[in-house]
Amino acid sequence: MSPIIALFKRDLILAYHNRAELMQPMMFFMLVISLFPLAVGPNAATLKIIGPGVIWVAAILSSLLGLERLFRDDFQDGSLEQMILSTTPLPAIALVKVATHWLTSILPLICLSPLLAVFLHLNEAMYWALLVTLLLGTPLLSLIGAIAVALTVGLNRGGVLLALLLVPIFIPLLIFATSAVDAAAMELPYTAQLAFIAAMLLFAFALAPFAIAYALKVSQN
Amino acid sequence: MWKWLHPYAKPERSYQLCQTLLPWFAVLGGLSLFVGTMWGLAFAPADYQQGDAFRIIYIHVPSAILSKSLYCTMAIAAFVGLVWQVKTAFMAMVAVAPVGAMVTFVSLITGAAWGKPMWGTWWEWDARMTSQLILLFLFVGVMSLYKSFEDAQQGGKAAGVMAMVGIINLPIIHYSVEWWNSLHQGATILKMGKPSMAPDMLWPLLLCIVSWVLVSSAIFLLRLQNEIVRREIKRPWVVELALQNSKQQAPNNMSTDRG
Repeated sequence: MSPIIALFKRDLILAYHNRAELMQPMMFFMLVISLFPLAVGPNAATLKIIGPGVIWVAAILSSLLGLERLFRDDFQDGSLEQMILSTTPLPAIALVKVATHWLTSILPLICLSPLLAVFLHLNEAMYWALLVTLLLGTPLLSLIGAIAVALTVGLNRGGVLLALLLVPIFIPLLIFATSAVDAAAMELPYTAQLAFIAAMLLFAFALAPFAIAYALKVSQN
Repeated sequence: MWKWLHPYAKPERSYQLCQTLLPWFAVLGGLSLFVGTMWGLAFAPADYQQGDAFRIIYIHVPSAILSKSLYCTMAIAAFVGLVWQVKTAFMAMVAVAPVGAMVTFVSLITGAAWGKPMWGTWWEWDARMTSQLILLFLFVGVMSLYKSFEDAQQGGKAAGVMAMVGIINLPIIHYSVEWWNSLHQGATILKMGKPSMAPDMLWPLLLCIVSWVLVSSAIFLLRLQNEIVRREIKRPWVVELALQNSKQQAPNNMSTDRG
Protein backbone atom coordinates (compact mmCIF):
# COMPACT_ATOMS: atom_id res chain seq x y z
CA MET A 1 0.00 0.00 0.00
CA SER A 2 1.41 3.37 -0.95
CA PRO A 3 2.28 5.52 2.07
CA ILE A 4 0.04 8.32 0.83
CA ILE A 5 -3.04 6.08 0.83
CA ALA A 6 -2.01 4.60 4.16
CA LEU A 7 -1.76 8.06 5.67
CA PHE A 8 -5.13 9.00 4.23
CA LYS A 9 -6.76 5.92 5.78
CA ARG A 10 -5.00 6.43 9.08
CA ASP A 11 -6.17 10.04 9.33
CA LEU A 12 -9.75 9.11 8.51
CA ILE A 13 -9.75 6.35 11.14
CA LEU A 14 -8.23 8.68 13.73
CA ALA A 15 -10.86 11.29 12.92
CA TYR A 16 -13.59 8.65 13.30
CA HIS A 17 -12.31 7.80 16.77
CA ASN A 18 -12.33 11.45 17.73
CA ARG A 19 -15.92 12.14 16.69
CA ALA A 20 -16.68 14.15 19.83
CA GLU A 21 -13.88 16.60 19.12
CA LEU A 22 -14.96 16.95 15.51
CA MET A 23 -18.45 17.89 16.62
CA GLN A 24 -17.19 20.96 18.47
CA PRO A 25 -16.55 23.27 15.47
CA MET A 26 -19.94 22.21 14.08
CA MET A 27 -21.71 23.13 17.29
CA PHE A 28 -19.80 26.41 17.34
CA PHE A 29 -20.89 27.11 13.76
CA MET A 30 -24.55 26.51 14.68
CA LEU A 31 -24.29 28.58 17.84
CA VAL A 32 -22.71 31.61 16.18
CA ILE A 33 -25.37 31.62 13.51
CA SER A 34 -28.24 31.25 15.93
CA LEU A 35 -26.86 34.20 17.91
CA PHE A 36 -27.49 36.60 15.04
CA PRO A 37 -31.30 36.35 14.88
CA LEU A 38 -31.30 36.80 18.66
CA ALA A 39 -29.04 39.85 18.43
CA VAL A 40 -30.51 41.72 15.46
CA GLY A 41 -34.10 40.59 15.83
CA PRO A 42 -36.10 37.91 13.99
CA ASN A 43 -37.13 40.15 11.09
CA ALA A 44 -36.99 37.93 7.98
CA ALA A 45 -35.96 40.75 5.60
CA THR A 46 -32.98 41.79 7.77
CA LEU A 47 -31.86 38.21 8.23
CA LYS A 48 -31.99 37.64 4.52
CA ILE A 49 -29.69 40.62 3.92
CA ILE A 50 -27.09 39.68 6.52
CA GLY A 51 -27.51 35.91 6.10
CA PRO A 52 -24.78 35.10 3.54
CA GLY A 53 -22.25 37.24 5.38
CA VAL A 54 -23.12 35.69 8.72
CA ILE A 55 -22.80 32.15 7.38
CA TRP A 56 -19.45 32.90 5.79
CA VAL A 57 -18.03 34.67 8.85
CA ALA A 58 -19.19 31.77 11.01
CA ALA A 59 -17.63 29.30 8.58
CA ILE A 60 -14.27 31.14 8.73
CA LEU A 61 -14.31 31.30 12.52
CA SER A 62 -15.25 27.67 13.03
CA SER A 63 -12.74 26.50 10.45
CA LEU A 64 -10.11 28.41 12.46
CA LEU A 65 -11.18 26.43 15.53
CA GLY A 66 -10.99 23.15 13.67
CA LEU A 67 -7.67 23.95 11.99
CA GLU A 68 -5.81 23.96 15.26
CA ARG A 69 -5.90 20.19 15.55
CA LEU A 70 -4.64 19.66 11.99
CA PHE A 71 -1.03 18.91 12.93
CA ARG A 72 -1.25 19.11 16.74
CA ASP A 73 -1.60 15.43 17.65
CA ASP A 74 0.98 14.31 15.12
CA PHE A 75 3.38 16.95 16.40
CA GLN A 76 2.92 15.93 20.02
CA ASP A 77 3.35 12.20 19.59
CA GLY A 78 6.27 12.62 17.20
CA SER A 79 4.72 11.06 14.11
CA LEU A 80 5.09 14.37 12.30
CA GLU A 81 8.85 14.09 12.69
CA GLN A 82 8.69 10.61 11.17
CA MET A 83 6.69 11.96 8.24
CA ILE A 84 9.31 14.67 7.63
CA LEU A 85 12.08 12.05 7.75
CA SER A 86 10.27 9.59 5.47
CA THR A 87 11.08 9.28 1.77
CA THR A 88 7.56 10.34 0.76
CA PRO A 89 7.66 13.97 -0.41
CA LEU A 90 6.50 16.24 2.39
CA PRO A 91 4.27 18.47 0.20
CA ALA A 92 2.27 15.36 -0.75
CA ILE A 93 1.90 14.42 2.90
CA ALA A 94 0.80 17.96 3.69
CA LEU A 95 -1.78 17.81 0.92
CA VAL A 96 -3.19 14.54 2.27
CA LYS A 97 -3.40 15.99 5.77
CA VAL A 98 -5.26 19.03 4.46
CA ALA A 99 -7.60 16.86 2.36
CA THR A 100 -8.55 14.60 5.26
CA HIS A 101 -9.00 17.61 7.48
CA TRP A 102 -11.33 19.20 4.96
CA LEU A 103 -13.31 15.98 4.60
CA THR A 104 -13.69 15.42 8.32
CA SER A 105 -14.19 18.87 9.74
CA ILE A 106 -15.32 21.22 6.97
CA LEU A 107 -17.58 18.98 4.92
CA PRO A 108 -19.93 18.43 7.91
CA LEU A 109 -20.32 22.22 8.15
CA ILE A 110 -21.34 22.35 4.50
CA CYS A 111 -23.83 19.54 5.12
CA LEU A 112 -25.37 21.69 7.85
CA SER A 113 -25.75 24.69 5.57
CA PRO A 114 -29.28 23.93 4.24
CA LEU A 115 -30.56 24.05 7.80
CA LEU A 116 -28.85 27.40 8.37
CA ALA A 117 -30.25 28.76 5.13
CA VAL A 118 -33.70 28.04 6.56
CA PHE A 119 -32.73 29.72 9.84
CA LEU A 120 -31.73 32.89 8.02
CA HIS A 121 -34.53 32.89 5.45
CA LEU A 122 -32.34 32.57 2.36
CA ASN A 123 -34.26 31.79 -0.82
CA GLU A 124 -33.41 28.93 -3.11
CA ALA A 125 -31.24 30.85 -5.60
CA MET A 126 -29.22 32.31 -2.72
CA TYR A 127 -28.82 28.88 -1.17
CA TRP A 128 -27.37 27.35 -4.32
CA ALA A 129 -24.93 30.23 -4.70
CA LEU A 130 -23.95 29.85 -1.04
CA LEU A 131 -23.41 26.12 -1.46
CA VAL A 132 -21.17 26.57 -4.51
CA THR A 133 -19.10 29.30 -2.83
CA LEU A 134 -18.73 27.12 0.26
CA LEU A 135 -17.65 24.12 -1.81
CA LEU A 136 -15.07 26.19 -3.72
CA GLY A 137 -14.00 28.46 -0.89
CA THR A 138 -13.57 26.19 2.12
CA PRO A 139 -10.73 24.11 0.55
CA LEU A 140 -8.97 27.45 0.14
CA LEU A 141 -9.51 28.12 3.86
CA SER A 142 -7.96 24.75 4.69
CA LEU A 143 -5.00 25.13 2.33
CA ILE A 144 -3.96 28.61 3.41
CA GLY A 145 -4.90 27.98 7.02
CA ALA A 146 -2.64 24.93 7.10
CA ILE A 147 0.41 27.15 6.40
CA ALA A 148 -0.22 29.21 9.51
CA VAL A 149 -1.13 26.12 11.55
CA ALA A 150 2.12 24.46 10.50
CA LEU A 151 4.04 27.55 11.62
CA THR A 152 2.35 27.79 15.02
CA VAL A 153 2.09 24.07 15.83
CA GLY A 154 5.08 24.12 18.16
CA LEU A 155 3.92 27.13 20.12
CA ASN A 156 1.16 25.50 22.19
CA ARG A 157 -0.92 28.67 22.11
CA GLY A 158 -2.08 28.81 18.54
CA GLY A 159 -5.67 30.03 19.02
CA VAL A 160 -5.70 33.80 18.91
CA LEU A 161 -2.42 34.08 17.03
CA LEU A 162 -3.84 31.84 14.32
CA ALA A 163 -6.86 34.10 13.93
CA LEU A 164 -4.63 37.18 13.84
CA LEU A 165 -2.54 35.67 11.06
CA LEU A 166 -5.32 34.22 8.96
CA VAL A 167 -8.35 36.48 9.12
CA PRO A 168 -6.77 39.32 7.08
CA ILE A 169 -5.75 36.81 4.42
CA PHE A 170 -9.26 35.37 4.17
CA ILE A 171 -10.84 38.76 3.45
CA PRO A 172 -10.78 38.54 -0.39
CA LEU A 173 -12.49 35.15 -0.22
CA LEU A 174 -15.16 36.58 2.08
CA ILE A 175 -15.74 39.50 -0.28
CA PHE A 176 -16.08 37.36 -3.40
CA ALA A 177 -18.22 34.72 -1.72
CA THR A 178 -20.74 37.09 -0.16
CA SER A 179 -20.88 39.18 -3.30
CA ALA A 180 -21.75 36.02 -5.27
CA VAL A 181 -24.64 35.26 -2.91
CA ASP A 182 -25.81 38.88 -3.06
CA ALA A 183 -25.78 38.70 -6.85
CA ALA A 184 -27.83 35.52 -6.67
CA ALA A 185 -30.33 37.28 -4.41
CA MET A 186 -30.83 39.92 -7.11
CA GLU A 187 -31.04 37.20 -9.77
CA LEU A 188 -27.84 38.38 -11.43
CA PRO A 189 -25.16 36.04 -12.82
CA TYR A 190 -22.38 35.34 -10.35
CA THR A 191 -19.97 33.25 -12.41
CA ALA A 192 -17.34 36.03 -12.25
CA GLN A 193 -17.10 35.77 -8.46
CA LEU A 194 -16.98 31.99 -8.65
CA ALA A 195 -14.20 32.22 -11.24
CA PHE A 196 -12.19 34.43 -8.89
CA ILE A 197 -12.63 32.02 -6.00
CA ALA A 198 -11.73 29.07 -8.23
CA ALA A 199 -8.63 30.92 -9.48
CA MET A 200 -7.50 31.60 -5.91
CA LEU A 201 -8.17 27.97 -5.02
CA LEU A 202 -6.06 26.66 -7.90
CA PHE A 203 -3.27 29.07 -7.06
CA ALA A 204 -3.27 27.97 -3.43
CA PHE A 205 -3.51 24.34 -4.51
CA ALA A 206 -0.31 24.75 -6.54
CA LEU A 207 1.74 26.66 -3.96
CA ALA A 208 0.36 25.97 -0.49
CA PRO A 209 1.62 22.34 -0.13
CA PHE A 210 5.20 23.53 -0.56
CA ALA A 211 4.70 26.39 1.90
CA ILE A 212 3.13 23.98 4.41
CA ALA A 213 6.05 21.57 4.00
CA TYR A 214 8.57 24.36 4.60
CA ALA A 215 6.60 25.64 7.58
CA LEU A 216 6.52 22.16 9.12
CA LYS A 217 10.29 21.95 8.79
CA VAL A 218 10.66 25.35 10.48
CA SER A 219 8.42 24.23 13.33
CA GLN A 220 10.28 20.97 13.76
CA ASN A 221 13.54 22.99 13.65
CA MET B 1 27.32 41.69 -7.45
CA TRP B 2 27.37 38.62 -5.19
CA LYS B 3 30.97 39.24 -4.30
CA TRP B 4 30.01 42.72 -3.23
CA LEU B 5 26.89 41.67 -1.31
CA HIS B 6 28.15 38.53 0.34
CA PRO B 7 30.15 40.05 3.21
CA TYR B 8 26.95 41.64 4.52
CA ALA B 9 25.56 38.22 5.38
CA LYS B 10 27.90 38.52 8.32
CA PRO B 11 26.15 40.55 11.03
CA GLU B 12 29.32 42.38 11.99
CA ARG B 13 29.75 43.85 8.51
CA SER B 14 26.09 44.79 8.29
CA TYR B 15 26.39 46.55 11.61
CA GLN B 16 29.30 48.58 10.31
CA LEU B 17 27.43 49.43 7.12
CA CYS B 18 24.48 50.68 9.22
CA GLN B 19 26.92 52.71 11.28
CA THR B 20 28.32 54.43 8.16
CA LEU B 21 24.95 55.05 6.52
CA LEU B 22 22.98 56.13 9.57
CA PRO B 23 24.28 59.72 9.96
CA TRP B 24 23.62 60.47 6.27
CA PHE B 25 20.06 59.24 6.36
CA ALA B 26 19.37 60.81 9.75
CA VAL B 27 20.72 64.28 8.88
CA LEU B 28 19.34 64.49 5.34
CA GLY B 29 16.02 62.99 6.46
CA GLY B 30 15.61 65.31 9.43
CA LEU B 31 16.48 68.35 7.34
CA SER B 32 14.20 67.52 4.44
CA LEU B 33 11.38 66.51 6.79
CA PHE B 34 11.58 69.88 8.51
CA VAL B 35 11.76 71.89 5.26
CA GLY B 36 9.14 69.85 3.43
CA THR B 37 6.63 69.85 6.26
CA MET B 38 7.04 73.57 6.96
CA TRP B 39 6.79 74.38 3.26
CA GLY B 40 3.69 72.26 2.88
CA LEU B 41 1.90 73.26 6.07
CA ALA B 42 2.72 76.97 6.11
CA PHE B 43 3.79 78.25 2.69
CA ALA B 44 2.09 76.20 -0.01
CA PRO B 45 -1.09 77.83 -1.36
CA ALA B 46 -4.44 76.64 0.02
CA ASP B 47 -6.64 74.45 -2.14
CA TYR B 48 -9.50 76.31 -3.89
CA GLN B 49 -11.98 73.63 -2.93
CA GLN B 50 -10.72 72.02 0.25
CA GLY B 51 -9.12 75.14 1.79
CA ASP B 52 -6.44 74.56 4.39
CA ALA B 53 -7.78 71.11 5.21
CA PHE B 54 -5.94 69.67 2.22
CA ARG B 55 -2.58 70.36 3.90
CA ILE B 56 -2.75 67.05 5.73
CA ILE B 57 -1.85 65.58 2.34
CA TYR B 58 1.79 66.38 3.24
CA ILE B 59 1.64 63.75 5.95
CA HIS B 60 -1.04 61.45 4.62
CA VAL B 61 0.34 60.75 1.15
CA PRO B 62 3.96 60.04 2.17
CA SER B 63 2.80 57.65 4.89
CA ALA B 64 0.33 55.91 2.58
CA ILE B 65 2.94 55.49 -0.16
CA LEU B 66 5.52 54.21 2.30
CA SER B 67 3.26 51.74 4.05
CA LYS B 68 3.00 49.41 1.08
CA SER B 69 6.65 49.92 0.07
CA LEU B 70 7.73 48.96 3.56
CA TYR B 71 5.64 45.81 3.38
CA CYS B 72 7.39 45.00 0.09
CA THR B 73 10.76 45.71 1.72
CA MET B 74 9.87 43.32 4.51
CA ALA B 75 8.77 40.63 2.07
CA ILE B 76 11.92 41.02 -0.06
CA ALA B 77 14.05 40.67 3.07
CA ALA B 78 12.03 37.57 4.00
CA PHE B 79 12.50 36.16 0.50
CA VAL B 80 16.27 36.71 0.60
CA GLY B 81 16.37 35.08 4.01
CA LEU B 82 14.29 32.07 3.01
CA VAL B 83 15.98 31.42 -0.32
CA TRP B 84 19.64 32.15 0.40
CA GLN B 85 19.49 31.43 4.15
CA VAL B 86 20.98 34.84 4.96
CA LYS B 87 20.75 35.41 8.69
CA THR B 88 20.90 39.20 8.54
CA ALA B 89 17.97 39.29 6.10
CA PHE B 90 15.63 38.04 8.84
CA MET B 91 17.02 40.65 11.18
CA ALA B 92 16.28 43.30 8.56
CA MET B 93 12.75 41.92 8.17
CA VAL B 94 12.14 42.07 11.88
CA ALA B 95 13.59 45.58 12.04
CA VAL B 96 11.41 46.96 9.25
CA ALA B 97 8.08 45.53 10.43
CA PRO B 98 7.33 47.92 13.31
CA VAL B 99 8.36 50.91 11.17
CA GLY B 100 5.91 49.79 8.51
CA ALA B 101 3.14 49.20 11.04
CA MET B 102 3.66 52.68 12.50
CA VAL B 103 3.62 54.35 9.08
CA THR B 104 0.43 52.47 8.16
CA PHE B 105 -1.12 53.57 11.42
CA VAL B 106 -0.18 57.20 10.71
CA SER B 107 -1.74 57.01 7.26
CA LEU B 108 -4.97 55.66 8.79
CA ILE B 109 -5.11 58.35 11.47
CA THR B 110 -4.37 61.20 9.07
CA GLY B 111 -6.85 59.70 6.61
CA ALA B 112 -9.53 59.72 9.30
CA ALA B 113 -8.68 63.31 10.22
CA TRP B 114 -8.91 64.32 6.56
CA GLY B 115 -12.13 62.38 6.05
CA LYS B 116 -13.97 64.26 8.78
CA PRO B 117 -14.05 67.71 7.09
CA MET B 118 -14.19 66.35 3.51
CA TRP B 119 -16.57 63.41 3.65
CA GLY B 120 -18.18 64.33 6.97
CA THR B 121 -17.17 61.09 8.65
CA TRP B 122 -14.17 59.81 10.56
CA TRP B 123 -14.33 56.38 9.09
CA GLU B 124 -15.84 55.12 5.88
CA TRP B 125 -15.59 51.54 4.66
CA ASP B 126 -13.90 52.81 1.56
CA ALA B 127 -11.64 50.56 -0.50
CA ARG B 128 -8.31 52.24 0.15
CA MET B 129 -8.96 52.78 3.84
CA THR B 130 -10.03 49.17 4.25
CA SER B 131 -7.02 47.77 2.43
CA GLN B 132 -4.80 50.01 4.54
CA LEU B 133 -6.44 48.63 7.67
CA ILE B 134 -5.86 45.07 6.43
CA LEU B 135 -2.23 45.98 5.73
CA LEU B 136 -1.90 47.05 9.36
CA PHE B 137 -3.30 43.68 10.45
CA LEU B 138 -0.79 41.90 8.20
CA PHE B 139 2.10 43.84 9.76
CA VAL B 140 0.84 43.07 13.26
CA GLY B 141 0.44 39.39 12.36
CA VAL B 142 4.04 39.09 11.17
CA MET B 143 5.33 40.92 14.25
CA SER B 144 3.35 38.88 16.74
CA LEU B 145 4.29 35.60 15.07
CA TYR B 146 7.95 36.55 15.39
CA LYS B 147 7.50 37.48 19.05
CA SER B 148 5.82 34.17 19.86
CA PHE B 149 8.95 32.16 19.22
CA GLU B 150 11.64 31.89 21.82
CA ASP B 151 14.31 31.10 19.25
CA ALA B 152 14.83 34.25 17.18
CA GLN B 153 16.12 32.42 14.11
CA GLN B 154 13.13 30.06 14.03
CA GLY B 155 10.77 32.99 14.66
CA GLY B 156 12.41 34.88 11.80
CA LYS B 157 11.82 31.99 9.41
CA ALA B 158 8.19 31.58 10.49
CA ALA B 159 7.48 35.30 10.21
CA GLY B 160 9.22 35.25 6.83
CA VAL B 161 6.83 32.59 5.50
CA MET B 162 3.88 34.66 6.72
CA ALA B 163 5.30 37.81 5.12
CA MET B 164 5.56 35.95 1.80
CA VAL B 165 1.97 34.71 2.07
CA GLY B 166 0.95 38.28 2.83
CA ILE B 167 2.75 39.79 -0.15
CA ILE B 168 1.10 37.32 -2.53
CA ASN B 169 -2.24 38.24 -1.02
CA LEU B 170 -1.68 41.98 -1.01
CA PRO B 171 -2.68 42.61 -4.67
CA ILE B 172 -5.64 40.24 -4.32
CA ILE B 173 -6.80 42.08 -1.21
CA HIS B 174 -6.24 45.42 -2.90
CA TYR B 175 -8.31 44.66 -5.98
CA SER B 176 -11.04 42.72 -4.18
CA VAL B 177 -11.57 45.61 -1.80
CA GLU B 178 -11.39 48.10 -4.65
CA TRP B 179 -14.12 46.25 -6.44
CA TRP B 180 -16.14 46.00 -3.25
CA ASN B 181 -16.41 49.69 -2.48
CA SER B 182 -14.70 52.93 -3.46
CA LEU B 183 -15.18 56.49 -2.27
CA HIS B 184 -11.59 57.69 -2.00
CA GLN B 185 -10.43 60.44 -4.34
CA GLY B 186 -8.30 59.28 -7.27
CA ALA B 187 -4.51 59.33 -7.33
CA THR B 188 -3.11 62.86 -7.23
CA ILE B 189 0.47 62.47 -8.40
CA LEU B 190 0.59 59.38 -10.60
CA LYS B 191 -1.86 60.21 -13.32
CA MET B 192 -1.09 59.50 -16.93
CA GLY B 193 0.38 62.65 -18.42
CA LYS B 194 0.24 65.70 -16.19
CA PRO B 195 -0.25 65.46 -12.44
CA SER B 196 -3.49 67.09 -11.33
CA MET B 197 -1.71 69.24 -8.80
CA ALA B 198 -0.26 72.73 -9.06
CA PRO B 199 3.58 72.75 -8.96
CA ASP B 200 3.48 75.01 -5.87
CA MET B 201 1.71 72.25 -4.00
CA LEU B 202 3.48 69.36 -5.71
CA TRP B 203 7.09 70.24 -4.85
CA PRO B 204 6.66 70.26 -1.08
CA LEU B 205 4.74 66.99 -1.37
CA LEU B 206 7.56 65.34 -3.30
CA LEU B 207 10.05 66.67 -0.76
CA CYS B 208 7.90 65.26 2.04
CA ILE B 209 7.81 61.85 0.39
CA VAL B 210 11.60 61.82 0.00
CA SER B 211 12.05 62.92 3.60
CA TRP B 212 9.74 60.18 4.88
CA VAL B 213 11.75 57.61 2.94
CA LEU B 214 14.98 58.93 4.44
CA VAL B 215 13.67 59.17 7.99
CA SER B 216 12.14 55.72 7.99
CA SER B 217 15.35 54.32 6.53
CA ALA B 218 17.25 55.96 9.37
CA ILE B 219 14.87 54.43 11.94
CA PHE B 220 15.20 51.11 10.16
CA LEU B 221 19.01 51.24 10.28
CA LEU B 222 18.90 52.04 13.98
CA ARG B 223 16.50 49.18 14.65
CA LEU B 224 18.61 46.82 12.56
CA GLN B 225 21.69 47.71 14.60
CA ASN B 226 19.77 47.02 17.79
CA GLU B 227 18.50 43.73 16.45
CA ILE B 228 21.99 42.63 15.38
CA VAL B 229 23.45 43.48 18.76
CA ARG B 230 20.59 41.79 20.60
CA ARG B 231 21.06 38.55 18.69
CA GLU B 232 24.85 38.56 18.70
CA ILE B 233 25.19 39.74 22.27
CA LYS B 234 27.53 36.90 23.21
CA ARG B 235 29.86 37.22 20.23
CA PRO B 236 33.35 38.64 20.82
CA TRP B 237 32.89 41.54 18.40
CA VAL B 238 29.86 42.86 20.28
CA VAL B 239 31.70 42.65 23.59
CA GLU B 240 34.62 44.48 22.04
CA LEU B 241 32.30 47.14 20.64
CA ALA B 242 30.67 47.66 24.03
CA LEU B 243 34.08 47.99 25.68
CA GLN B 244 35.21 50.52 23.08
CA ASN B 245 32.05 52.57 23.54
CA SER B 246 32.40 52.62 27.29
CA LYS B 247 36.03 53.72 26.96
CA GLN B 248 35.03 56.59 24.71
CA GLN B 249 32.26 57.67 27.01
CA ALA B 250 34.16 57.23 30.24
CA PRO B 251 36.04 60.58 30.23
CA ASN B 252 32.85 62.47 29.34
CA ASN B 253 30.52 61.10 31.97
CA MET B 254 32.40 59.59 34.81
CA SER B 255 29.61 60.19 37.27
CA THR B 256 26.83 58.40 35.30
CA ASP B 257 28.21 55.03 34.38
CA ARG B 258 26.16 53.84 31.44
CA GLY B 259 28.88 51.74 29.78
